Amino acid sequence: MSGVRVLVGTRKGAFILTGDGKRKQWDVSGPHFAGWEIYHMKGSPADANRLYASQSSGWFGQIIQRSCDGGKTWETPGGVLEKTPEGFPKGESNKFAYDASPETGKPLTTHQWYDGTQHPWEFKRVWHLEPSLSDPDTAYAGVEDAGLFRTSDGGKTWQELAGLRGHGTGPKWQPGAGGMCLHTVLLDPSNPRRMYVAISAAGAFRSDDGGTTWKPINRGLRSQYIPDPNAEVGHCVHRIALHRSRPAVLFMQKHWDVMRSDDAGDSWREVSGNLPTDFGFVIDVHAHEPETIYVVPIKSDSEHYVPDGKLRMYRSRSGGTEWEPLTKGLPQRDCYVNVLRDAMAVDTLEPCGVYFGTTGGQVYASADAGDSWAPIVRDLPAVLSVEVQTLR
Amino acid sequence: MIRVVLPPHLRTLAQVKGEVQLEVPGRVTRGAVLDALEARYPMLRGTIRDHVTERRRPFLRFFACERDLTHDPPDAPLPEAVASGAEPFLVIGAIAGG
Repeated sequence: MSGVRVLVGTRKGAFILTGDGKRKQWDVSGPHFAGWEIYHMKGSPADANRLYASQSSGWFGQIIQRSCDGGKTWETPGGVLEKTPEGFPKGESNKFAYDASPETGKPLTTHQWYDGTQHPWEFKRVWHLEPSLSDPDTAYAGVEDAGLFRTSDGGKTWQELAGLRGHGTGPKWQPGAGGMCLHTVLLDPSNPRRMYVAISAAGAFRSDDGGTTWKPINRGLRSQYIPDPNAEVGHCVHRIALHRSRPAVLFMQKHWDVMRSDDAGDSWREVSGNLPTDFGFVIDVHAHEPETIYVVPIKSDSEHYVPDGKLRMYRSRSGGTEWEPLTKGLPQRDCYVNVLRDAMAVDTLEPCGVYFGTTGGQVYASADAGDSWAPIVRDLPAVLSVEVQTLR
Repeated sequence: MIRVVLPPHLRTLAQVKGEVQLEVPGRVTRGAVLDALEARYPMLRGTIRDHVTERRRPFLRFFACERDLTHDPPDAPLPEAVASGAEPFLVIGAIAGG
């Protein structure tokens, strides 16, 4: 019996939506971590019952939650007293400390602040959790201020991959309106040494050695809102996506412009084509068709809701440039919601299911690759993230 | 025993109801109470004070005996009534936001 588990992070807690194989009947559980912001929740590809969640609050900071039973129960890794012969060790639960050690880290560097001055890195929250493709105890965390951390003990301890922050361009990175966040982590399923990250507002970066060293991959991006529109870094990349069968082809939703790379990010070209606006946050790829991609155009720069009061997903079956609106089942009047960068996902059933959540608290699902839509839930708190697990 | 009252979110996180009672060895200071609290409930590390700097998180305050002790040094002794267990030490979340 197949089914799906949709993991929804919101401004006020987490929700788990479990659907049957037809994706018509849904069971809703939650709120988990009621009252806390859940920036992201994601399951391990190596163990569907292993989930990680980023729980945070302006009052109490960052908490990492872990479930080993598909979200029925949760624990804070390292949050249980474990006595050693030396006594109770000082817990490291939820600790994200930038690596300033002489061996592996550069001295703690600075980045560009809103007023143009240099500002030291300060940890604020985890935006994105990306579990390893092969080991349930290994996961990556993209954080604000932009940095990449890894755990290999199921979330008890986190170590920074300091080669990213310290590779040299860090002083030119700057916070976007939402903060200076590392929001995208993509793992190459064909090459365990290769990974991609994206940062607002710095751009996209690639490592070919398992995260030790990094290089910017922003050639071809053009951003009128920075002094040098073609700069090596400084671009406000909102999200990148790849298809697992063709991981060197990347799709990007930038602050403005939808972009495509066919050479693992070494160069990019614009594929915004006939979109009504090329601003947006989410972008994702069909599970079975690597040239079929999805975006949700958003009116910008100041409004940040869908244009004309119509909630429209746009689909391209040609890897960009030619886009069609998908509207069946979506509100086509008086709708003024946003869809944030981590709030779209696809399942791997046949036909491919597509899911997204809105700042108005709706989570929409399509069981036919976007041709038609129906809400799973309508009245959650503002949705920050949507991930889906295909259960077989 | 030292009595500590946590805000509701931290009680949920620590899976406790009502007051927390702690053994605090040596002088009863705010730092010593928080050390004991974090040792007993490791999931609270970083929620009241920063992991690295141990500075108080900005939206939290410390009250006891109808006094605001927030800006007292962390190694200053807490009131005798807290040290004796007659009065609780309160960790308070700011009333702010929505």
